[in-house]
Amino acid sequence: MKLIIAIIKPFKLEEVKAALAEINVEGMTVTEVKGFGRQKGHTEIYRGSEYTVDFLPKVKIEVATSDALVGKAVDAIVKSAKTGKIGDGKVFVVPIEEVIRIRTDERGEAAI
Amino acid sequence: MKLRSQHLIGGLKMAGIFATLALASAFGQEAAAEAPAYASYEAFAETPAFTTFAVNNLWILISAMFVFLMHLGFATLESGLTQSKNTVNVLFKNLLVVCIGILTYALYGFNAMYPGDFNGFFALGSWFGVDNADVSLMTDTYAAYTWWTDFIFQAMFAATAATIVSGAVAERVKFGTFLVYTILLVTFVYPMTGSWKWGGGWLDAKGFYDFAGSTLVHGFGGFAALAAVMVLGPRRGKYVDGKIRPILGHSMPLAMIGVLLLWLGWYGFNGGSVLSADPRGVSYVFVTTTLAAAAGALAASFTSWIVLKKPDFSMGLNGVLAGLVGITAGADTVGMAASIIIGLIAGVIVFFSILFFDRIKIDDPVGAISVHGVCGIWGTLAVGIFSINEEHSFGAQLIGCLAVIVTGFVASYIICLVLKAIMGIRVSAEEETNGLDIGEHGNEAYPDFTAAHK
Repeated sequence: MKLIIAIIKPFKLEEVKAALAEINVEGMTVTEVKGFGRQKGHTEIYRGSEYTVDFLPKVKIEVATSDALVGKAVDAIVKSAKTGKIGDGKVFVVPIEEVIRIRTDERGEAAI
Repeated sequence: MKLRSQHLIGGLKMAGIFATLALASAFGQEAAAEAPAYASYEAFAETPAFTTFAVNNLWILISAMFVFLMHLGFATLESGLTQSKNTVNVLFKNLLVVCIGILTYALYGFNAMYPGDFNGFFALGSWFGVDNADVSLMTDTYAAYTWWTDFIFQAMFAATAATIVSGAVAERVKFGTFLVYTILLVTFVYPMTGSWKWGGGWLDAKGFYDFAGSTLVHGFGGFAALAAVMVLGPRRGKYVDGKIRPILGHSMPLAMIGVLLLWLGWYGFNGGSVLSADPRGVSYVFVTTTLAAAAGALAASFTSWIVLKKPDFSMGLNGVLAGLVGITAGADTVGMAASIIIGLIAGVIVFFSILFFDRIKIDDPVGAISVHGVCGIWGTLAVGIFSINEEHSFGAQLIGCLAVIVTGFVASYIICLVLKAIMGIRVSAEEETNGLDIGEHGNEAYPDFTAAHK
């Protein structure tokens, strides 16, 4: 079992969700985050004084999949989240030790 | 604004009226336009003059409600331009300032500001209560409205003068200290400076003119705020390594709501200052007020566009208020074109003033010092430049303006120094970082997960 953590541009969320639904990946957790990689921030101005905004708004998606599905899921995310412009984001894959469905107490892949 | 009259003067008027009536009947003419003596309020209600009185009185009461509404405007504007972690504190200050203003005005301020006959500089205040059946105070013998109406309208003005300071000191002033400061400023200082003109004091004698309070309310409040900010110091992290680091307001929608509520309230602030429902007088003031507000918004917005390369929304909002403050001294005595010019200049002034105070490290989160203090001066002097009334002079305007704002500034400065020594004026560094909502109130304005944070 793997946890896929994807940091994407906020406006890409609906596209990524749709792409994952197409390969029957159900369920995800979404968080609003800020961050930067090599994408530079920009300058803003408030009441006459300039300041730099380094942290840019992103969306973090967390999806748990079985080992069998992780390759297709990652491909779906990368394809649908890509714009080709700087700041598209990153995908991380980490191993999951255990998954429990709270309602039914199911464990392991049955709980995904 | 007309002079207030008290029992004594009302009595003298009645004596004069009797004499006039006696003379008029001797010549077989209609009685003079002066109000005749009434046996009772009920008797007055039977007379034809009662209808006019009722209309006038109603308009002033409605105006008092509109001025009251300005407190909601102040609250939302200040809240929008400050950080979410201090929102409860900002709102609470605004809530209590209006209450303190009204109650202290009842206990002391109203009679201190309108003492009738006095030395022209200072009069002791007293409880405002009077006999409801007193015909000399509740009929047109007194004014176009009752004593109670007079009180409530003026009490709302006192409260707005006090609340100007709350924005400038936001996000670092101690709550309790601020309340004490407000009590002292609005009880003792505001009525004194107000009496100098509206109470018939020495500035009135000098020919100084302030229709609705560019100096007596706004200039006073703005420079009291400046003194407080100087004693208090800037917010932590605002001026670092010689640079100005912006501390962003957390809600532009709230700021917009606040400014437009203030604009709406100004129709009562200026409209009611006609002190009657006279159609031509009130409608004239409605228009001059509106023209100045609109011009101020455009001037500030376009000035920011040119100077900063992009138009700044909060500057546009401040421009509205600058125009309104600018027209407040002369809304009934300057022409229509002049109103627009006054608003335009106010909008430009407020933009550069806000930048200026930041450059000299006077931290004013909402621009109160610039909007009310600096533009209050402009509005007052503008009467000397543009007034249709030849009796108004630039010199008298300058003297009046300086006298009031210097007094407000010095009094505020002293009060702040004393309070700083006795009870401390500023929250601790840690509390300022975590937010005054937690430190002063143990509350959170936005306890759930929301977009507004930090």
